[in-house]
Amino acid sequence: CLCCDTWSTVQCDFQSEDTQQQIIRETFHLVSKRDENVCNFLEGGLLIGGSDNKLIYRHYATLYFVFCVDSSESELGILDLIQVFVETLDKCFENVCELDLIFHVDKVHNILAEMVMGGMVLETNMNEIVTQIDAQNKLEKSEQIVYTGLFCISQDFSQAGLAGAPARAVSAVKNMNLPEIPRNINIGDISIKVPNLPSFK
Amino acid sequence: MPAVSKGDGMRGLAVFISDIRNCKSKEAEIKRINKELANIRSKFKGDKALDGYSKKKYVCKLLFIFLLGHDIDFGHMEAVNLLSSNRYTEKQIGYLFISVLVNSNSELIRLINNAIKNDLASRNPTFMGLALHCIANVGSREMAEAFAGEIPKILVAGDTMDSVKQSAALCLLRLYRTSPDLVPMGDWTSRVVHLLNDQHLGVVTAATSLITTLAQKNPEEFKTSVSLAVSRLSRIVTSASTDLQDYTYYFVPAPWLSVKLLRLLQCYPPPEDPAVRGRLTECLETILNKAQEPPKSKKVQHSNAKNAVLFEAISLIIHHDSEPNLLVRACNQLGQFLQHRETNLRYLALESMCTLASSEFSHEAVKTHIETVTNALKTERDVSVRQRAVDLLYAMCDRSNAQQIVAEMLSYLETADYSIREEIVLKVAILAEKYAVDYTWYVDTILNLIRIAGDYVSEEVWYRVIQIVINRDDVQGYAAKTVFEALQAPACHENLVKVGGYILGEFGNLIAGDPRSSPLIQFNLLHSKFHLCSVPTRALLLSTYIKFVNLFPEVKTTIQDVLRSDSQLKNADVELQQRAVEYLRLSTVASTDILATVLEEMPPFPERESSILAKLKKKKGPSTVTDLEEAKRERSADINGGPEPAPASASATSTPSPSADLLGLGAAPPAPVGPPPSSGGLLVDVFSDSPSAVAPLAPGSEDNFARFVCKNNGVLFENQLLQIGLKSEFRQNLGRMFIFYGNKTSTQFLSFTPTLICSDDLRANLSLQTKPVDPTVDGGAQVQQVVNIECVSDFTEAPVLNIQFRTLHPALVDRTVPSDRQWSPARPWRYGGTFQNVSVKLPITLNKFFQPTEMASQDFFQRWKQLSNPQQEVQNIFKAKHPMDTEITKAKIIGFGSALLEEVDPNPANFVGAGIIHTKTTQIGCLLRLEPNLQAQMYRLTLRTSKETVSQRLCELLSEQF
Repeated sequence: CLCCDTWSTVQCDFQSEDTQQQIIRETFHLVSKRDENVCNFLEGGLLIGGSDNKLIYRHYATLYFVFCVDSSESELGILDLIQVFVETLDKCFENVCELDLIFHVDKVHNILAEMVMGGMVLETNMNEIVTQIDAQNKLEKSEQIVYTGLFCISQDFSQAGLAGAPARAVSAVKNMNLPEIPRNINIGDISIKVPNLPSFK
Repeated sequence: MPAVSKGDGMRGLAVFISDIRNCKSKEAEIKRINKELANIRSKFKGDKALDGYSKKKYVCKLLFIFLLGHDIDFGHMEAVNLLSSNRYTEKQIGYLFISVLVNSNSELIRLINNAIKNDLASRNPTFMGLALHCIANVGSREMAEAFAGEIPKILVAGDTMDSVKQSAALCLLRLYRTSPDLVPMGDWTSRVVHLLNDQHLGVVTAATSLITTLAQKNPEEFKTSVSLAVSRLSRIVTSASTDLQDYTYYFVPAPWLSVKLLRLLQCYPPPEDPAVRGRLTECLETILNKAQEPPKSKKVQHSNAKNAVLFEAISLIIHHDSEPNLLVRACNQLGQFLQHRETNLRYLALESMCTLASSEFSHEAVKTHIETVTNALKTERDVSVRQRAVDLLYAMCDRSNAQQIVAEMLSYLETADYSIREEIVLKVAILAEKYAVDYTWYVDTILNLIRIAGDYVSEEVWYRVIQIVINRDDVQGYAAKTVFEALQAPACHENLVKVGGYILGEFGNLIAGDPRSSPLIQFNLLHSKFHLCSVPTRALLLSTYIKFVNLFPEVKTTIQDVLRSDSQLKNADVELQQRAVEYLRLSTVASTDILATVLEEMPPFPERESSILAKLKKKKGPSTVTDLEEAKRERSADINGGPEPAPASASATSTPSPSADLLGLGAAPPAPVGPPPSSGGLLVDVFSDSPSAVAPLAPGSEDNFARFVCKNNGVLFENQLLQIGLKSEFRQNLGRMFIFYGNKTSTQFLSFTPTLICSDDLRANLSLQTKPVDPTVDGGAQVQQVVNIECVSDFTEAPVLNIQFRTLHPALVDRTVPSDRQWSPARPWRYGGTFQNVSVKLPITLNKFFQPTEMASQDFFQRWKQLSNPQQEVQNIFKAKHPMDTEITKAKIIGFGSALLEEVDPNPANFVGAGIIHTKTTQIGCLLRLEPNLQAQMYRLTLRTSKETVSQRLCELLSEQF
């Protein structure tokens, strides 16, 4: 299974950067013009490696999560995986919105990396994923305290990284490098609607 | 507490991202990015050593810039440095950068590998996890070389943490996929299999993925995984969902693991152990039952996960293809989904049904859904789904519904999405040919295709229709009439002009008697299209004209005038000009006889696999044309080819163009009868270790053998080196067979040794005598061998003909054979060339010693009654493999050797035959009766002879023919 989503190219075997960008553009083009109520699978074009590969996507408000998978994965299983991914994002970012994904690309990567590894499904249990992410955050936190200590000594730095400006200062959302989309649409803080979030206890 | 608090992170990064987002234009964005890149570059190059935090911040910025689609050509070194940090945050961002940005053949890989090695050895599970992720994401050969030996140890070590085990399993899988040769099998394999019993379901899931891929290549090594997988699956499927802690997803117990386990089981045939098999069947039944239960939740996630498991279970049932009961249930379940309101389910149901259609147990059941599927073609809004519907119609097509399906596809073609038109055209063309009982229907269908979607009709399609028309004289008149009528449309597609031009050039005389299509009218009609056509079509039409000169002397002068005109003789196109000059000259100087010889009707084309099928396979990948279909096609091939079919071979070579050169001038002489060089090397055993070992029977040998039961002459075997032809005659209990060995290469065959091999049993009943042939066969030469045959007593087996020889030229051998195997220094005898070893079954069958006996109805029934002992009669009821054509059946019964008795059976549809088998020791009277049932597409064949073994053998032989 090979997988990417419109926000981050996780894994594209042997593709140059240009091809990766082209894949993302064309994929967006293909997916965004599809109606609601059609199926969530798209036959692979040559670009994504021929007829053995499929695009499997889910659409949440203004976001598309697209995975490109080969025949070794179950189609419905991948749809569920996307749901788990989004639910996990929602849990980790507390009502996740698009801006979180843009400003914290690295964190999104980390979360995805807990689920998909080298293009293969690693973990599907949300609690397990969240536990891992929590542990990482704790590590990070503990290391930041070390930073503060350092900063105090050097006096060189502001409190960067500790309190950080609220990310939501920006109201315009821009799609990454997708000229087909009108630029600077003001959509405010539309958060991703995660349908029917259950309580995970 | 939320796992990631919003305020965390790097302020500089957030500011940069905000800046980018505020850019009003692409130019402004690029400017901002370049500024930032310059800033980072100077920071990296600056004298002041950067602390970890800054490095992290800058690397994050680079990452973001990269994700915006800009090239990053620096920063790699800094990222690599981060790897050796002891801080998790820094290490993690370093690995992230490398996973995303470093391509697998980077020069830095050695440094990266070093850092990874340290982390793997650190025994810190977090660091190990990061390192394993990095290996999996990069997955290069260098990494495989460095770590493929190490990772299995981590995977099976007792003290490895679960999360690391999970990562190690997938990491190994990734390395196996990119460099399977570097992953050593060993002791660890059996311990990996036992991970299927692991407590942690995440570990089991990852291990299952790994085992599935490994088992595909090394089934023996992982055989024990079957029973473990079945019991694991059974525990999941039958357990109350609470047992599975967090792995229950919306009330469905461990759906991903179930799917993976079902996938793993698809690597193997049904379990042999009855207990395991029973348990698996029970699981599959439970899954099917659950589909009928009311949902435990209304949420789409619930049904989604449940159906993911269900579809996988159905795939397994189809894969096993052994439990008719389960297959029918699967088919019914899919039938329900075909009408489901969820588009995804309709899509998947159509997809799964495609594979179900090729199972003999469920083919009929799938056919019952034809209305729903054709309806889907018309009403589905989603092209993905319509595409699946077309595929399914193609898969479920057989003789009984071909006309309906082809009609549906044709009407869909008028509105079909452009992206799939060509594929539909190919499919229609294949189905129309494959299931044509009536060739006028075939011709009509192809002409319709050209009318509806002329632009999508590829050369292969219209070449094929011409080949078929040329090979079947019963359809030639109709074809000429039909193309003539079609050409009268004011605007017709150029492809139609091509087909029309070719067919009228060959068979225009068949309709010339009708004053409405007199030679002159035909010519004028074609010539009216001439100026609208492209150069290749014009070239073809010029050839048609010269053929007309031969067919219709009365239009000769008209045509000469056309050829003589400046627009032809001085045409700027060299090909057209040359044709015009040559044809004009030919028509002036040649006598009628010479013209008639030169311009004779095209000889029949050799039968071969339709190049259309090859094209479809190429387009869709071989997996879509299933083996079963292949097999079906092989069997049906000779029906449509008529009573003298040449061996069909799975060839992918495309048909030589019959197009431009109707005359065959300058082209190769008419191809020899027989298949083209087939995928070849496969048939030749170049691997054989000892020159005296007999090669296993060449693939297709059985089929070819069956084709010779009812005839005595033809091509028995052919590959790219060698062709074997047969001619034989039989009288009473004696026969003589001429075997022709043709060297198709331009170099000599050496040590050419054909050997006839009979089992002891067979030797007692059949005596064969032959002389050795010259051990050298020159390039392009043919040698002949005579076999004298005597049937001593009735026999069942057939002798095997084994041929061994050496070729001089290694280049002739299929290039797919690794060269080291051909030139192994350990086998010096091979130095002179490549050793070839071929075995085929020689078609000497009991029925060859038949003498037909004519008898009246009364006699027949009297003898029939005399042979009424149960052991004298053998009966077989079987499905028709070929179209049920009365004339062909008659020809086959006569070819089989018995007399065909007319007006004996009260039912005129039945066939009866009688004859005597002559052996040296005795003569055996045989009566046979063949009852076709057109409706059910079945036959009942009854043989009565005075000897049980004879009845048995004749029945076997004849049953294969229909």
